[in-house]
Amino acid sequence: MVRFTVNGQAQSVEADADTPLLWVLRDHLGLTGTKYGCGLALCGACTVHVDGRPVRSCLLPLQALEGKAVTTIEGLSRDRSHAVQRAWIELDVPQCGYCQSGQIMSAVALLQVNPSPSDSDVDAALSGNICRCGTYPRIRRAIHRAAELLREAKSP
Amino acid sequence: MSSRPREDRSCSRRDFLQRSAAFGGGLVLALALPDLKAGSRGATVSSSQLNAWLRIGSDDSITIVVDRSEMGQGVYTALPTLLAEELEVDLSRIKILAAPVGDAYVNALNGGQVTGTSNSVPDAWEKLRKAGAQARVMLITAAARRWQVDPSSCRASNGRVTSTAGKSASYGELAEAAARLPVPKEVRLKSPADFRLIGKPSARLDTPGKVDGTAEFGLDVKLPGMLHATIALCPELGGTVASVDSAAALAMPGVRRVMPTANGVVVVAEHFWQAKKARDALRIEWAPGPNAQLDNAAIWSQLTAAAAKPGTSALSSDNVAASLKAGHAADGLKQAARTFTAVYELPLVAHATMEPMNCTADVRRDGCDVYVGTQVQQMAQAVAAEAAGLKPSQVNVHTTLLGGGFGRRLEVDFVPAAVAASKAVGAPVKLIWTREDDMTHDLYRPPAREAVTAGLDEHGKLTTWTLHIVSPSITSRFDPTNKDPFDSVIEYVQNFPYAVPNFDLKYTRQEIGIDVGYLRSVSHAPNCFAIESSIDEIAALVSKDPLEFRRELLAGKPRHLQVLKVIAERSGWGHAPKGHFQGIAFMEGYTSHIAQVAEVSLEAGKVKIHRITCVIDCGQTVNPRIVESQLESGIVYGLTAALWGDVTLRGGRVQQRNFNDYRVLRLNELPLLDVYVITSDAKPGGVGEVAVPPVAPSVCNAIFAATGKRLRTLPIAAHKLI
Repeated sequence: MVRFTVNGQAQSVEADADTPLLWVLRDHLGLTGTKYGCGLALCGACTVHVDGRPVRSCLLPLQALEGKAVTTIEGLSRDRSHAVQRAWIELDVPQCGYCQSGQIMSAVALLQVNPSPSDSDVDAALSGNICRCGTYPRIRRAIHRAAELLREAKSP
Repeated sequence: MSSRPREDRSCSRRDFLQRSAAFGGGLVLALALPDLKAGSRGATVSSSQLNAWLRIGSDDSITIVVDRSEMGQGVYTALPTLLAEELEVDLSRIKILAAPVGDAYVNALNGGQVTGTSNSVPDAWEKLRKAGAQARVMLITAAARRWQVDPSSCRASNGRVTSTAGKSASYGELAEAAARLPVPKEVRLKSPADFRLIGKPSARLDTPGKVDGTAEFGLDVKLPGMLHATIALCPELGGTVASVDSAAALAMPGVRRVMPTANGVVVVAEHFWQAKKARDALRIEWAPGPNAQLDNAAIWSQLTAAAAKPGTSALSSDNVAASLKAGHAADGLKQAARTFTAVYELPLVAHATMEPMNCTADVRRDGCDVYVGTQVQQMAQAVAAEAAGLKPSQVNVHTTLLGGGFGRRLEVDFVPAAVAASKAVGAPVKLIWTREDDMTHDLYRPPAREAVTAGLDEHGKLTTWTLHIVSPSITSRFDPTNKDPFDSVIEYVQNFPYAVPNFDLKYTRQEIGIDVGYLRSVSHAPNCFAIESSIDEIAALVSKDPLEFRRELLAGKPRHLQVLKVIAERSGWGHAPKGHFQGIAFMEGYTSHIAQVAEVSLEAGKVKIHRITCVIDCGQTVNPRIVESQLESGIVYGLTAALWGDVTLRGGRVQQRNFNDYRVLRLNELPLLDVYVITSDAKPGGVGEVAVPPVAPSVCNAIFAATGKRLRTLPIAAHKLI
């Protein structure tokens, strides 16, 4: 039994110790917003936050999660009100949408440590997230827009 | 002339379903309307079906049934926009329901319930506006009867009918009565000047669910009591299972069943990870089949040898313009003052959708539900019925969102094993291919050898242009009765946009042992590479500016010339920054007209792509914002294929297994994209695929401008220039 929190809720999961967090989230906890893309941390579709840092959940085994705090796309906000989600909606970033949970989680993590990223900061932080639909130009713009929304929120 | 929908005719993907009615045991269609209960919540709400696409709830909810699959291209927004325009409702009120299999949902341009060929909007353009207008008239008639007034004194707006006498009722209040009225045959559609929604950049209806994790892809389907499965596929393409030792796998926790199927061994477990670990513990002896020796050298020696055969001329095709049929290519070449020959070679390319192939099936004694991201609902139904031992009418296909399609989900190869597994264990089963399965068992874009022979007169005027294509067939797998040369692999050349007195197109079919498939833009990318590279080479031969040379060959075609004019302005053609070089490519395809200019520089002998400018005239747009994202999408997809796309085989096995060895474009590698949509009131053209083909030739033409080196084979990476 491994105990940790997901989106602020305590969870205890009984599964093989090597089960990746991705499949714990999807099959055991029913949180299917986090996607399987490659299984080797190459595409970023499975990105979640563990203790506030972006990780690829497809390679992180359950046994490493004891006491950790996991945040998934479902935990960003109750009503799509997170600045990154608002920016994503404003610019209609997603196409097929499959990679977008991972893109958004990487973007949120970037803005937490770098509230005013340059284009090259964005490139560096998001280069691990593949999108086959080519939403990249809009992802770039949406991250800058989200940074703006976050700044507006801070300076009333 | 230039707006004729030529390529919607023979040898397109459209035909494969029209002519393959026998595929998978026969497509028996019944007009099945969606379950009305699905759209209503709570006992007090009833809902009325006004036609196959529309139901209105007593709570004023508007549900639109969308019969094309949403794979990123925006049909869940564009198609409802057409209906909502005439119905007079706001987009924000609309709920979407994916259509079941049904006659009403056949794409007339494709001859089946198919999402492909970039024609969802062209097919729906009149159909859905008419459906919206009919429903509006029925609602107005119902209101007029209720109020005992003349219908002409009533009007519909924003989800309500109002009368000049001051009466007013919501659509929800009128729907039940309206649904009992006869459907009016003739309705007048709005004039474009009155469009409120069409042509406006409205927000996509599918975006909210795609930013909070609630959007449901095939991978996300959850059913009570559902088990999880994966499959071991024969590493050699076309091989089969000889024997399986499943003892170790069956002893592993959670494992419920190990079962060989036609192309592999399925493992069913309580959770996916258990199934995957058990699969890896299977000891399988494979019968590698006829491709055990197949590698790229063998493929290319077959294609090259076949190029010596004369090929079958496609000049008889209805799709080839009369002006191109008028001349005589052999005479033209004989009389030419100068000839030009070049051979262009295109490799196998993988679809690599972000969502690996998967399917969820729930087989019961009397029926079966299949939940799948598919571009071909009827085919999914047919193969599921066969696997379940049921009639097609007993199989309900529930189309989820597609985590990328690109033509990969025109195939149903991943459906039967899920159905067979569900039937065997007597529970719903979700079967997921791993990324490695997906990458190594794709139906790849066929390799093609495309040889251009052209002739010029003594003034450097292009008098003859001919192309001989050698490639395996895509069409014949779907339609074994298909006759050469009318195959999907030659489709675009029939649309050859340039005026030449003598023209010929020949095809030699050469199979390579493995099945090949439709990949976003199909023939257009390889054909466009041969056409646009050769036109560029010929322009250089006669020392003409490549854009000016194209302009001369497109004289008298106003839409083509307008696209060239705008791309010259937007790309700053001829005025690139110092050290930067430009290349252009043009295409007329999917009844759209498109040009791209790539701008590159050389840094330490390596090519850097700085910018791609793209201009399109795709006729009337439904949502220009979605058109722009489709253009960006096509460019990124085309860049990946041009730069790195190369599937290689050794001993019948595909060597690329994941995103580390099948490289795709990442954000940090993105050049500046400048896309521009020309405002037009011509009939809507396609946009989902049209931006892919010009990428490779425009980039290679820019590389020629920068280096003098002509790339006649792809990918560009193989030339060590990137």
